[in-house]
Amino acid sequence: MQDVSILAAGPAERARKLRRLRAKKLRRLGDGDARFRILTKLSAIGVLIVLSAIFVSLMIGAALAFSTFGFSFFYTQGWNPVTGKFGALSPIVGTLVTSFIAMLIAIPVGLGSAIFLTELCPPLLRRPIGIAIELLAGIPSIIFGIWGLFIFAPFLQKYVQPPLISALGDIPVLSTLFAGPPYGIGVLTASLILAIMVLPFITAVSRDVFDTVPPMLKESAYALGYTTWEVLGSVVVPYTRIGLLGGVMLGLGRALGETMAVTFVIGNAHRLSGSLLAPGTTISATIANEFTEATDDLYTSALIALGVILFLITFVVLALARLMLMRLEGKAGS
Amino acid sequence: MALCWSASLIGIGVLVIILGTLLVKGASGLSSVILVQDTPPPGAAGGLRNAIAGSLIMTSLGVVIGTPIGILAGTYMAEYGRYTRLTVIVRFINDILLSAPSIVIGLFVYTLMVRPAGHFSAIAGSVALAVLVIPIVVRTTENMLLLVPDQLREAAFAIGMPRSDVIRYVAYKAARAGMITGVLLAVARISGETAPLLFTALNNQFFSSDLNAPMASLPAVIFQFALSPYAEWQSLAWTGALIITAAVLVMSILARWLGSIGVDR
Repeated sequence: MQDVSILAAGPAERARKLRRLRAKKLRRLGDGDARFRILTKLSAIGVLIVLSAIFVSLMIGAALAFSTFGFSFFYTQGWNPVTGKFGALSPIVGTLVTSFIAMLIAIPVGLGSAIFLTELCPPLLRRPIGIAIELLAGIPSIIFGIWGLFIFAPFLQKYVQPPLISALGDIPVLSTLFAGPPYGIGVLTASLILAIMVLPFITAVSRDVFDTVPPMLKESAYALGYTTWEVLGSVVVPYTRIGLLGGVMLGLGRALGETMAVTFVIGNAHRLSGSLLAPGTTISATIANEFTEATDDLYTSALIALGVILFLITFVVLALARLMLMRLEGKAGS
Repeated sequence: MALCWSASLIGIGVLVIILGTLLVKGASGLSSVILVQDTPPPGAAGGLRNAIAGSLIMTSLGVVIGTPIGILAGTYMAEYGRYTRLTVIVRFINDILLSAPSIVIGLFVYTLMVRPAGHFSAIAGSVALAVLVIPIVVRTTENMLLLVPDQLREAAFAIGMPRSDVIRYVAYKAARAGMITGVLLAVARISGETAPLLFTALNNQFFSSDLNAPMASLPAVIFQFALSPYAEWQSLAWTGALIITAAVLVMSILARWLGSIGVDR
């Protein structure tokens, strides 16, 4: 239509119409450009809003529990929905203890695998093993849970825990740690499952961190006659120290917040026990087990308050981890 | 040195053992019955039709809600605001969201949607999954767009394309494979997620496609059935676990393959 009217007009008229048309088209392009820009910016801000919304809505949900119990919520033991007395001590301790033991096992094994992958592994095997470990990291946690409940816990109960109890029963400190009947499920089993779960994360991150070491640094050390171990100890590890710490904290963040794998095997018992073989509970397992059963407001609120505590703990751990990894990236970039 | 060898052997060994048990325990229950019958009451035989359908519905909805937001946010960080302070902050927060405990996301959506509505619903489950999708997609979109060479953009600017068109027709096109990888990774992640669904979508014994009502999902059914004392339920849980793991592994491998293509040149 427009083209025809432009062609039909005289030369001066035609030039004017063309100009106006071009201006209109350009304006529309510019408008679209601005709209798209604003849309993307809003989405980016949306990410920030999600995180703050999580915190705010949890705080509102937990307000009743915090105002009822005050600060004592954090250090009181006892979890009784019937009398309405809630204290978060045993889930908090359970979360920290299981994560601690898990890291105790996963850090050496994970770092060992990463060293193997970057320094020792024959190049032919490097890719397949690396991929296998990354696939292990992608397996849903509920699979680890069901495997832990049906295969791993009975195995521990039958073959590992009885010898542990009889062997360590006479040693003063260890006898309390490994006291009691072999339930199979319990704090130790949960810690072991957690260790298996965070292992691939630690391996994958520390492998990437090891790869940031400039080859020239390593080659110089080799040229001076260093052995592989000496290169690792005096070049690779010192160079990547911060990044390694970041990777470990990242794994710790996973372990602290892990829900399903732990819920299956920890036994969900709200009491503090000196024994690692006894059932216990963690923050996430308590929430997963009890939330849909919580009928009154205070009970629900206490569970959300547990969620707030978990969120704060993991937030701090993850933030520290990211800051450390960012510092390493800065170093690699310069 | 031997320690490092054995450490990797442990890692691979555990993977093999877990996959082996899954195959042995789950494969016996695999049959067409799984696809055509719903989850049974205790003591009866049945399938997983409602759970599989529920998982598919909520996973797709979660991806549909989360992906556009994630891609747009990633676009801002890599294209418009590459050197702004906002990008640095968003990247930091996004990395924290990436590994935030999923059960906390579940609690968040519960207080946001379930409590005001007064009932559990599939749409709340999808929103919880979408919150998990966003950080993964943001991360991969940003990384992939940053890999697109700037000369491509400059060439497009030089022929007079506006910026939004450069992004949509040049940068997106070059980074397409990588961006799809991100979405696939997100699907793989959320299809096995249980914790955020437990108190948003809850569970449902029957087939339902009503988004405003509780809906079954494979992970939630596995959770409920595995902890039950009934042998039929436990065996169904194993079969469900095998299906999820197979799906997740296939998607991860697909994503890896696409990711290796990365940025078309």
